[in-house]
Amino acid sequence: MNARIALLLALALPFSASAEITGKVIKIGVLNDQSGLYADLAGAGSVMAAKMAAEDSGGKIGDATIEVIFADHQNKPDVGSNIARQWYDVDGVDVIVDVPTSSVALAVSQITREKNKVFLGSSPGTSDLTGKACSPNTIHWTYDTYALAHTTGSAVVQTGGDTWFFLTADYAFGQALERDTAAVVTSSGGKVLGSVKHPLNTTDFSSFLLQAQSSKAKVIGLANAGGDTINSIKAAAEFGIVRGGQKLAGLLVFLSDIHSLGLSTAQGLFVSESFYWDRDDKTRAFSKRYAQRMNGRMPTMAQAGVYSAVLHYLKAVKALKSDSDGRAVVEQMKKTPTDDPVFGKGSIRQDGRKLHPMYLYEVKKPSESKGPWDYYNLVKEVPPDQAFRPLDKGECPLVTAQK
Amino acid sequence: MLAVPIQALFGQLLIGLINGSFYALLSLGLAIIFGLLNVINFCHGALYMLGAFVAWFLLEKAGIGYWPALILAPLAVGMIGVLIERTLLRRISGLDPLYGLLLTFGLALILQGLFSNWFGSSGMPYEMPSQLLGGQALGFMFLPNYRVWVIAISLVLCLGTWAVIEGTRLGSWLRAATENAPLVSAFGINVPRMVTITYAFGVGLAALGGVLAAPIYRVSPLMGADLIIVVFAVVVIGGMGSILGSIVTGFILGILEGLTKVFYPEASNTVIFVVMAIVLLVRPAGLFGKQT
Repeated sequence: MNARIALLLALALPFSASAEITGKVIKIGVLNDQSGLYADLAGAGSVMAAKMAAEDSGGKIGDATIEVIFADHQNKPDVGSNIARQWYDVDGVDVIVDVPTSSVALAVSQITREKNKVFLGSSPGTSDLTGKACSPNTIHWTYDTYALAHTTGSAVVQTGGDTWFFLTADYAFGQALERDTAAVVTSSGGKVLGSVKHPLNTTDFSSFLLQAQSSKAKVIGLANAGGDTINSIKAAAEFGIVRGGQKLAGLLVFLSDIHSLGLSTAQGLFVSESFYWDRDDKTRAFSKRYAQRMNGRMPTMAQAGVYSAVLHYLKAVKALKSDSDGRAVVEQMKKTPTDDPVFGKGSIRQDGRKLHPMYLYEVKKPSESKGPWDYYNLVKEVPPDQAFRPLDKGECPLVTAQK
Repeated sequence: MLAVPIQALFGQLLIGLINGSFYALLSLGLAIIFGLLNVINFCHGALYMLGAFVAWFLLEKAGIGYWPALILAPLAVGMIGVLIERTLLRRISGLDPLYGLLLTFGLALILQGLFSNWFGSSGMPYEMPSQLLGGQALGFMFLPNYRVWVIAISLVLCLGTWAVIEGTRLGSWLRAATENAPLVSAFGINVPRMVTITYAFGVGLAALGGVLAAPIYRVSPLMGADLIIVVFAVVVIGGMGSILGSIVTGFILGILEGLTKVFYPEASNTVIFVVMAIVLLVRPAGLFGKQT
């Protein structure tokens, strides 16, 4: 009997808590890689970005305080899922942000939907987050594999790179990036000659590069990220791949990767970014503030994306005066156009895709760079309707159900 | 994928040999330390990382280049090794090897944590020495000069160490102390000092590996953690404490891993552990260990 009452109470609780800010605190959980190969592109920098967004929103909404906590998911889906459940069930977290490593992001998105909270993905890549696996509780903020393929990928094809060989990180992100890029290559009349799948977090790429070399493909597409991309590019330079006439296409390269590679190795590389600190006065002002608190490191697009996403989330909570119904908050976020100093004006689509331009940059020669972090020359701006997958092509159930 | 041309296979074998030479260099140090101190030195990877960082510091802060660093970094890390042995490991000598494992594992975590905190995880570039830039076109592959240098120096060091231990008086003392330390000290040999020197030498080898690796990869706080587990597998497969075993196994497993990268790349980071499991089942003391 007691158990039944407890059950009834538990069922009633969500209703009694609705239309207010749960626990008088808006708890933002930054879940990412704090110590491994993606720690520099997200890591502590994303936590700082979330804190800055909270401060810039006034630190309070009504009488509810904004709190930012963080945890290390070690790029493992099981670890990430456990933390997400613990955060939602026990610690009263209202929104999870960042979450690099697509396999972890897909798991967190699923849990967030079950618990009716909010997930704002800034670092994950897989375009499935707004495709087959889309969710009314998830917004995919900064970039995705489709956008990378249609920015770097199509730029490389246009400069004559019509035969490709992929070096692909063997998990959800790498596979999605290879799939989306291969589609661009073949639809522009090019050919994919082969691919090799390497384990996540590989040190030595020379063996894989040798296979890429013997494929005689004009372009070696790197469908990996972070430390894996850095190691691939270094080994390619050492083994004379580029001098031998083959071209490298780093499909996802972050500013922190370029910093670690050094310009003498990275020069000439095409990079797709939705944010670069030196784009305009507003991005410079934000980045300067950020760098002062991060030992002089400039933010990557993933970290800037966390700032932008949290800012918009807090606006929605303020408008609703409630953070208890995750789906309603996301709905509110989709209704309101986005506008912030780092990404400018934009919008969020029905499938959860945040829309803004993507920028194709070329990495500067050492002689062109004025100092640390001055790394990119702008090649072109790709408008959102070309950069991101058309709404009806993603097979997102939220979209197809509406028709 | 199975139709790999024989020439490409040569290239892969060569690359396997290069990686194997890192494994050999590191597992050699581990084997020596385990042999004499009975300590499973889990901070070996962290000290390898430290070696690379010393080289980086020398270049950035003092303008001292690669070649002096090749000597200075192992010396500096060797001194740190002396400190670790004198202040920490000595206190737990004679206890179960598990204590040494936990102590050195903790040390490794502290070192990696500190460096990750200071330098971030993606690491810093370290320029290759100009004398070793470029490479040889072998027809079947382009072989960077630097990699040839790595194979050469690690072969020389491995064989040299083996020769010293097997063929000299000092080596015979060392081997004797491994068997029965009290008896050796009864002959008037300063065993504690020999233990300190051995530990310093072992971690010095790790630091040298770090300097060698710096231009190929990056100087990164995690470089040791990525490598150490594989190296432990090498030591276990070779036979705990067997010097020749660790060298030979290092090279063989490098090659095996290289071949896996061709035939089934997805398994390339697990193949070594599969071999380890099989070896432990069939020959629990390792390929070159004394079966008791």
